[in-house]
Amino acid sequence: MMNRLLSLRDSREAAARGARRSLRWQRALPRGRSLVTAVPYGWLLLFFLLPFLFVLQISFSEVEIASPPYRALVTRAEDALHIALNLGNFTYIFGDPLYFDAYLGSLRMAAVTTLICLLIGYPVAYTIARAPEAKRNTLLMLVMLPFWTSFLVRVYAWMGILDNEGLLNHLLLSLKLIDAPLALMHTQLSVQVVMVYAYLPFMILPLFSNLVKLDGRLLEAAADLGCKPWKSFLTVTLPLSKNGVIAGSMLVFIPAVGEFVIPELVGTPESLMIGKVLWMEFFDNNNWPMAAAVTIVMVALLLVPIVYLHKREEKSLARAAKH
Amino acid sequence: MKSFETNLAYSAGAHNAKPYLQIVDVVKKFGDHTAVDHLNLSITKNEIFALLGSSGCGKSTLLRMLAGMETPTSGKIILDGEDITHLAPYERPINMMFQSYALFPHMSVAKNIAFGLKQDGLPRGEIDERVEGMLELVQMKKYAHRKPFQLSGGQQQRVALARSLAKRPKLLLLDEPLGALDKKLRQQTQLELVNLIEQVGVTCIMVTHDQEEAMTMAGRIGIMSEGQLLQVATPGEIYEHPNCRFTAEFIGETNLFGGHVIEDEPDFVRVQSTELPRPVRIGHGITGTLGMPVWLSLRPERVGVTRRQPVSHGNWAAGTVSDIAYLGGFSIFHVRLDTGKVVKASVPATRWREEAAPIWDEPVFVSWADNDAVVLTQ
Ligand SMILES: Nc1ncnc2c1ncn2[C@@H]1O[C@H](COP(=O)(O)OP(=O)(O)OP(=O)(O)O)[C@@H](O)[C@H]1O
Ligand SMILES: [Mg+2]
Repeated sequence: MMNRLLSLRDSREAAARGARRSLRWQRALPRGRSLVTAVPYGWLLLFFLLPFLFVLQISFSEVEIASPPYRALVTRAEDALHIALNLGNFTYIFGDPLYFDAYLGSLRMAAVTTLICLLIGYPVAYTIARAPEAKRNTLLMLVMLPFWTSFLVRVYAWMGILDNEGLLNHLLLSLKLIDAPLALMHTQLSVQVVMVYAYLPFMILPLFSNLVKLDGRLLEAAADLGCKPWKSFLTVTLPLSKNGVIAGSMLVFIPAVGEFVIPELVGTPESLMIGKVLWMEFFDNNNWPMAAAVTIVMVALLLVPIVYLHKREEKSLARAAKH
Repeated sequence: MKSFETNLAYSAGAHNAKPYLQIVDVVKKFGDHTAVDHLNLSITKNEIFALLGSSGCGKSTLLRMLAGMETPTSGKIILDGEDITHLAPYERPINMMFQSYALFPHMSVAKNIAFGLKQDGLPRGEIDERVEGMLELVQMKKYAHRKPFQLSGGQQQRVALARSLAKRPKLLLLDEPLGALDKKLRQQTQLELVNLIEQVGVTCIMVTHDQEEAMTMAGRIGIMSEGQLLQVATPGEIYEHPNCRFTAEFIGETNLFGGHVIEDEPDFVRVQSTELPRPVRIGHGITGTLGMPVWLSLRPERVGVTRRQPVSHGNWAAGTVSDIAYLGGFSIFHVRLDTGKVVKASVPATRWREEAAPIWDEPVFVSWADNDAVVLTQ
């Protein structure tokens, strides 16, 4: 069970990574870097596009008690090809508020996680980037240190902290700050806390690598032109770190939407998230087409706005060049 | 000591005009390294002043102290009667054009130029008007909406200049303004830049380590070495009458001979150098004593090359051509004297109309006039 659970999580992350890659892929395409780009293109094709097409195909089929448990899209009978596209899965998803709520809950959880990670991660990344070079590596090591232990172990550690009988309640009780243990475990709050904890490094690292590149002379130029420090942060540092913010936010948001392990281990059973829905469709209901459709909708939900934003930025640059 | 007298006259002249910027005994230390060492300088209004010196002599540090990005360890900086030594950069009426331009990459050309004006809280209409004016001045109107990375080096440089001029600063600082341009474009831009600065009528200090650039652009030049100003004068004055060996060697090419005074009369002196066969006669007196060590600086273009032995006085020496650098309009002859010293002579091509130019290893004579050699006492 645990193995499957992990592999599900992994495939989630792979899909999210794939989505991010495809973005880069689009950016590089018009410039046409030949051989070097062939490797990532091949990788994308093999590990993102092909699996995605598989899933897409399954999402348009019907459940069947068979192995694999769905009806093939294309059948051959009496020397003719029959293609049976089944849109039922999608109409079902859009018709049943359960799915809508699950998507909404996941998106909201991911959005709040991203926002909190950004609010905590930005100052941390900024401080590390501004630290003297000798100290920087040590500080970065501290950010990455948690990766040295298994993710699950760290989530269990949080369970130990947040539990009714856990460390935090013990501490607060012994300090006499509370009379009865707080019910922290299995709440939205506990999910939120652990999500932020788990994803924070993914926000800090891209932000750091962006902020460390910031040319100090730009800040000097801003000051020279009469700009006070806090204002030059807002008008120079912040806009220039936009790509870092976007990269960090995507690295957090995309996998957070499909997060399954954390809500499963520290969350409430009532609040259904899309990762859980997927799990249930796939393993409990053995409904692969439905699970595939849920996935397709999620990918569309993530990919469409990203591609749109990217296109818009490209257009505005091209417009400036034409002038 | 003609050179000293003229220098004194010069600095007296500069003091008569009311100083606009005064740098008073400024010292800047980084740890135990002194980057700027008890430096004094006065600049008059609307002057273009160039700081010239070798790498690491403290030019940028001085400029950064003026801009407020470094604080002097001691000393004072006074601009237009106001002590600005401890003002923050954003409080100073001074703008700087950075060596790397430091244009904001996320802003269009127009926004870059408007940036400083916005900080002053000017009304929008006026900002637009001034930006428009600056764009016109630097001929970048067509590119107003481009981002810096969509511009060529020369265009970026013009935007950087426009940005630093837009606020009409009391003092404009240029740190190697043309450093990022290639030589050809640089020469084109030098006069263009001077014209722009004069058109706006702004007082300007520029840093460069290109002496040609300094001489082309500036009204006065300050030669800096190891954090100190060695000489401050007009380009012509510095070239013709350097006040020390460093300046003489730093500005242009020169031949230096070490020696000492053997005859000291009111209207002439004789200097004996071990590097020359006979004493050199200088056609004016110097303030010094008999026997004092001095150096003679002799510019290559002052040295004549002949096949026949020069007549009369002692300002000549015999040698052989050891090297010839052909430079088109003129050639540099390296003549090795019998003493072993190599003298460089820059001879215009027109000199060889009647006779053929000397060739390698040919015995020749070098000679110069009474007033051609400059006596340096330090
Ligand atoms: N922030 C600093 N910390 C320590 N030493 C410094 C610092 N800035 C400059 N220096 C030192 O001060 C000296 C003068 O530096 P400065 O940058 O003013 O030289 P420069 O004349 O502008 O040279 P260049 O022509 O190469 O730009 C150098 O020896 C330099 O190493
Ligand atoms: Mg410098």
